[in-house]
Amino acid sequence: MTLLYTEVEEELRAAVRDLLADRCSPSAVLGRVESGVESGTPYDAELWKTLARDIGVGGLLVPEELGGAASGAGGASAREAAVVLEELGRAVAPVPFLASAVLATQALLSAWGTAGGDAGGVVAGELLGRLASGEATAALAVPFAASPYAPPAPAVALGEDGTVTGTAGGVIGAEIADVLLVPVRLTRGTALCAVEASPAAALGGAAGGAVGGAVRGPVRVTPATSLDLTRPVATVSFASAPARVVATAGGPETPWVREALLRGAGLLASEQLGIAEWCLATTVAYVRERRQFARPVGSFQAVKHRLADLWLEIAGARAAARNAAARLAEAPIAGDIAVAVAVAQAHCGAVAVHAAEECVQLHGGIGMTWEHPAHLYLKRAKADQIALGTPGDHREALAGPADLPAPV
Amino acid sequence: MTWDEASVARRAAAFLAEHDPAAVDRLAFLRARFDAGLAWVHFPEGLGGLGAPRELQAVADRELRGTPDNQPGRIGIGLGMAAPTILAFGTEEQKRRFLRPLWTGEEVWCQLFSEPGAGSDLATLATRAVREGDEWVVDGQKVWTSSAHTARWGLLLARTDPGVPKHGGLTYFVCDMRAPGVEVRPLRQITGEAEFNEVFLTGVRLPEALRLGEAGDGWRVAQATLMNERVAIGGMPVRRTMMEVVADTWRSRPELRTHDLHQRLLRLWVESEVMRLTAARLREQLAAGHPGPEGSGMKLAFARLHQELSGLEVELLREDGLAYDDWTFRRPETVDFLGREAGYRYLRAKGNSIEGGTSEILRNIIAERVLGLPAEPRADKDVAWKDLPR
Ligand SMILES: Cc1cc2nc3c(=O)[nH]c(=O)nc-3n(C[C@H](O)[C@H](O)[C@H](O)COP(=O)(O)OP(=O)(O)OC[C@H]3O[C@@H](n4cnc5c(N)ncnc54)[C@H](O)[C@@H]3O)c2cc1C
Repeated sequence: MTLLYTEVEEELRAAVRDLLADRCSPSAVLGRVESGVESGTPYDAELWKTLARDIGVGGLLVPEELGGAASGAGGASAREAAVVLEELGRAVAPVPFLASAVLATQALLSAWGTAGGDAGGVVAGELLGRLASGEATAALAVPFAASPYAPPAPAVALGEDGTVTGTAGGVIGAEIADVLLVPVRLTRGTALCAVEASPAAALGGAAGGAVGGAVRGPVRVTPATSLDLTRPVATVSFASAPARVVATAGGPETPWVREALLRGAGLLASEQLGIAEWCLATTVAYVRERRQFARPVGSFQAVKHRLADLWLEIAGARAAARNAAARLAEAPIAGDIAVAVAVAQAHCGAVAVHAAEECVQLHGGIGMTWEHPAHLYLKRAKADQIALGTPGDHREALAGPADLPAPV
Repeated sequence: MTWDEASVARRAAAFLAEHDPAAVDRLAFLRARFDAGLAWVHFPEGLGGLGAPRELQAVADRELRGTPDNQPGRIGIGLGMAAPTILAFGTEEQKRRFLRPLWTGEEVWCQLFSEPGAGSDLATLATRAVREGDEWVVDGQKVWTSSAHTARWGLLLARTDPGVPKHGGLTYFVCDMRAPGVEVRPLRQITGEAEFNEVFLTGVRLPEALRLGEAGDGWRVAQATLMNERVAIGGMPVRRTMMEVVADTWRSRPELRTHDLHQRLLRLWVESEVMRLTAARLREQLAAGHPGPEGSGMKLAFARLHQELSGLEVELLREDGLAYDDWTFRRPETVDFLGREAGYRYLRAKGNSIEGGTSEILRNIIAERVLGLPAEPRADKDVAWKDLPR
């Protein structure tokens, strides 16, 4: 196991970075979120298609036998997915990679792994193939704010007729998803179901312009006005929507969701690293140029020391995020992998927010403007801090493994 | 030959077969280990090493675990600073004379850099060395000199040309601590003991053979020492970390636990884990031949974490934290960080952000050399040292 980047990872990074430099400049993202406020989704579907199909990021976590790039020996893994997330974070790219290629994919992989060759396993395998090829995009219908240590009980029910009914709030990537993966409750136990939702229908139809869920249908996606302009959350309602069962479990737990949230949290640290790196680099460049009191602002020690501290935090974030990705690439979640994830999240979540806050502050008035992209990063960083467990949740989860018991 | 893990391990096994640590005297064993090239394997042959890659030291240490060691805590300045500086700048004669007794611990070293008027701004130092024939005559005062009371040799930076800007007029010497005119006076510190000293140098005569590097080139030599100092402080092998000390107290004293302390403790646990990973990543970078800038930050991170943890320990202990183990004025040979109690650790850790470059200076270095931010305007760069306002 190495904490450095391999050559293959650097090549993948370069491909993603080149594409993003071309198609996803901060001003392009700003323009898109502006029009997205009206159209209901800021996602750049064209960019996502190129990433998923041409560069193949959709299949980084999917095994080769299902059409993906992941394989035991030298294929892609969580390490590559993490590098992609670093670049997407650096660009605050409005694409559903985390929602589809990480969270939904992980839930399917977890279900596929336990289901084996049964009917659900076949569905999972087929869906994973579609996601890996970039042909389809999926979303896991659980709140983005859910903590892996206390996943919410499903609020959607599976009827005897094979349809699902109920509502899931706070979902990311739903507006652009072709397939919704819904944890549902059964009379006894839980299941993971797949519901097809053509994006057009979900948005109420482009022609109808009925954004906000005015159109009644079996699946309704209602985007909320959200803090993170580049990754909105939506409420997804199902009214007797036809569903296919992917996996079932006996207890009240939804094990696939827990695993997806935990793995997602570990990989989210890399996105947070990318955000923080952009914020530091942009701020350093700015304070070197900006002059006040007849010298560059960046020559004042009060400013230099803050940036040096931030740099040190980011060096730690890089080590922690790499460690989490490398451990996740290894195998099934074990105790020490869970520790690596919790450490990465407890550290990186706060570092990204700190970096984005320093970025706004040290840009002065410009940092507060809508035109400057700093706010996109602040909003993404703050939302990410809450997502998949707050730093406090992850710290608390370490009390057991670190053998530092809480007071009684 | 090129060395790898197996060949170093074989070398160690062969050495042990010839020198039974139980049968030979400790010093004889250490001298023989040096001569076998198993002291610091990355040093050249004949100088305690094998000319092997640095990371193979771990193999030698592992194979020789449990045999007499050279008490690295007692000779840290020699191992961490004197040795690499002598290796890089010393003459063949100096290397042969100094390195062996340095490594075995027979000769302790100290660092005569800081002065009352020159700490962070070390290059303003005023201790003078004047050449008289093939000797140098040294006059001045040094301060905060750790281990000067046990040291046989000192790394001495002195001014040999006051007429040029401050960095240019310095020369580096090995100071004979037994020479007439060297007077060491203990300086009692915050913990009650005297780990460091004032050193008065009055007409001390040092032969040319004790000059290290060229006359006037002392700043460059000192830079090498200072860089190694930060690496040594960050990379010191520790018996137990401060995190483990506090965690043990936490586990054994459930009655002291509160929710607030629990939150803070977990936060610091994460921080120490992040620091451990950062160090691991740095080691990998070094092994791959790409030294990363992370190194500049390790000492800074270490000081912060150590101070917070030792402060938390005293607070956690409440009533016991109000007690102090021993205020006796002593002159210890080593810093017994773990052998003493929480109050001592709390006070001694305060030095971590001062010794070997303050945290403020390290932040300046990171900001300027790693991030490329502009330096503060300076008034002293092109002025002869003698004309600087003092
Ligand atoms: C335990 C201990 C052991 C030591 N052992 C040795 C030894 O063996 N040999 C030896 O030579 N020295 C030794 N030192 C000395 C140490 O290297 C100096 O104390 C240190 O470099 C700081 O210098 P100073 O004490 O003169 O403080 P000053 O340089 O006067 O600094 C005072 C304060 O001002 C800040 N400051 C100074 N310059 C700047 C700047 N440019 N920007 C921002 N802030 C600044 C400092 O960070 C500090 O907070 C030891 C010190 C300690 C605490």
